Amino acid sequence: MTLLSVSNLTKSFGGIVANDSVSFDLNEGDIYAVIGPNGAGKTTLFNLISGVLRPTSGSVQYAGRDITGLAQADIAALGVVRTYQLVQLFRQRTVEENVQIGFHLATRGGVGAALFRPGWVRRQERMVREKSRELLRLVGLESQAGLVADKLPYGQQRLLKIARAMAAGPKLLMLDEPAAGLDTQETSVLGDVIQRINDQGITIVLIEHDMNLVMRMATRITVLDFGKKIAEGTPVEVKVNPAVLAAYLGEAELE
Amino acid sequence: MTLRSTISAKPQVWATALAIAVAVALLAYVFGRGGYVVTVMGFAVIYGVFVTGLNLFMGYAGQASFGQNAFAALGGYGTAVLCADYGLEPIVALVLSATLSAVIALIVGYPTLRLRGHYLAMATFALGLITYELSIEQSGLTRGFMGFSGIPPLGLGRFQLLSERAQLAVFILIMLLGVWVARRLRGSRFGRALLAIGESEPAANALGIQVFRYKLVAFVIAAVYASVAGSMFAHFVGYISPEVFGLSMVTLSFTMLYVGGIGTLWGPIAGAVLVSFLPQLLRGFRDMQDIIYCLALIVILIFVPKGLASLWSLAVRRSDVPAER
Ligand SMILES: Nc1ncnc2c1ncn2[C@@H]1O[C@H](COP(=O)(O)OP(=O)(O)O)[C@@H](O)[C@H]1O
Ligand SMILES: [Mg+2]
Repeated sequence: MTLLSVSNLTKSFGGIVANDSVSFDLNEGDIYAVIGPNGAGKTTLFNLISGVLRPTSGSVQYAGRDITGLAQADIAALGVVRTYQLVQLFRQRTVEENVQIGFHLATRGGVGAALFRPGWVRRQERMVREKSRELLRLVGLESQAGLVADKLPYGQQRLLKIARAMAAGPKLLMLDEPAAGLDTQETSVLGDVIQRINDQGITIVLIEHDMNLVMRMATRITVLDFGKKIAEGTPVEVKVNPAVLAAYLGEAELE
Repeated sequence: MTLRSTISAKPQVWATALAIAVAVALLAYVFGRGGYVVTVMGFAVIYGVFVTGLNLFMGYAGQASFGQNAFAALGGYGTAVLCADYGLEPIVALVLSATLSAVIALIVGYPTLRLRGHYLAMATFALGLITYELSIEQSGLTRGFMGFSGIPPLGLGRFQLLSERAQLAVFILIMLLGVWVARRLRGSRFGRALLAIGESEPAANALGIQVFRYKLVAFVIAAVYASVAGSMFAHFVGYISPEVFGLSMVTLSFTMLYVGGIGTLWGPIAGAVLVSFLPQLLRGFRDMQDIIYCLALIVILIFVPKGLASLWSLAVRRSDVPAER
């Protein structure tokens, strides 16, 4: 079943056309990769889907409804959650607290709820604690729960970001270059985590430069170059596509 | 749970027991000794309330307010006017003043809290100055720079807390209530959102936290604490003047926050007590007193840069519990 459908999505910044009539569909349960050289428009595409930016034209359908131009928070509330390349962890908070803060959108209650703690708030807090632990177990950080996030090695910080995003209860999880800056070992752990998340039935869209990871995990791939989609297909198809090879000439090598 | 967590819970228990023992010993000394020590402790507790509120805004939400004295002034003058001139019950005057402070915080915070960093600092600083000017200018209401005297002590109906000891006891209860509220807020969805904002606004925003709204609510809560502290002060001394709620209140409260441990639950209280008693402890130095006072603060900040509260977490560091007291 189609979960996300992007049609003729276009975004221009002044003279630059960052996304030029991009279209693709992704099915529930996919691990869908978006690849392309730097500046190809991948992050822009994520920004358009998640409501950070409004498209110049084109539309985004999610679970059968038009979400084009909806506010970021509303799209997130529908279950489209992303991690950002540049958004940081809460470094001075503990690993566990980072995940707990991630439950903000999935929970409710303000000052009154905090002071009087009625039954539903106590149950909600218990749920937050238990599910935080579960998510930490999912990404393999349960033994570091009490540690200040800053003290985690780089690779584990990345996993924590993913756990924090998972707390919002995504149906579609969007990861922007999750493996950037990780070594082979860390990347392999990351791959396992992404696979486990996908096994729980969560659909994944992934921007990634690490071709090993992409080729190993992706069910389908879209290739962007200068804002245009130049190829789409399975890893095997994309790997031998002449247009893709041309675009990557002098860039990263396709495995 | 596990064997390891049972063992590691020990230092935490010891540190807590030690902290309680120190507090009890201090209170026993204060109530036993009486006299000026009770007065100093009274001020410490009033400031304890003030900085516990400020800590929610500065320590948790990570914002800077240099104008919190404005709300203490509102509380103080509200209580003075309503009790002395209109004969209202102290508790009614306190609640009315705090409500007014909350409303004004809302009105002032709405435009200013969209500002960042030093703009916010300047806007709040101006708020303190304006209130100071108003309390001099509006002499019909405030008696001007001569100050407002004849404010009755705290009481309920015909029952008045005539001794300073009795007032102090009630003040301590009010302060504990304030800490309890802060603790409840801290351990909630609301508190987690404030902490998130304090560390990274973009990250908080990306997680769906309405940054501006939460800042505004924290500002209003801090204003209510400041207002209550102002009311307590008016009852305790029986006299207030514009100077009382002047700029020195800002510097003093900042010192307490940083010496005690900003962003912790009990640190601000510890800071309030230490900073209030320090001048008394140093009275033997006579002329040198001010210099030694400053030196002492600097030494504390060098050796315990995260404040007195970090001594507590130092003691329990190995136990893997988050450092939050
Ligand atoms: N907010 C923006 N304002 C102006 N130009 C932008 C903005 N975001 C991206 N761009 C431009 O759009 C192009 C695509 O950028 P981006 O989507 O970040 O590429 P990628 O993530 O594939 O490396 C680049 O030329 C970039 O400079
Ligand atoms: Mg990018």
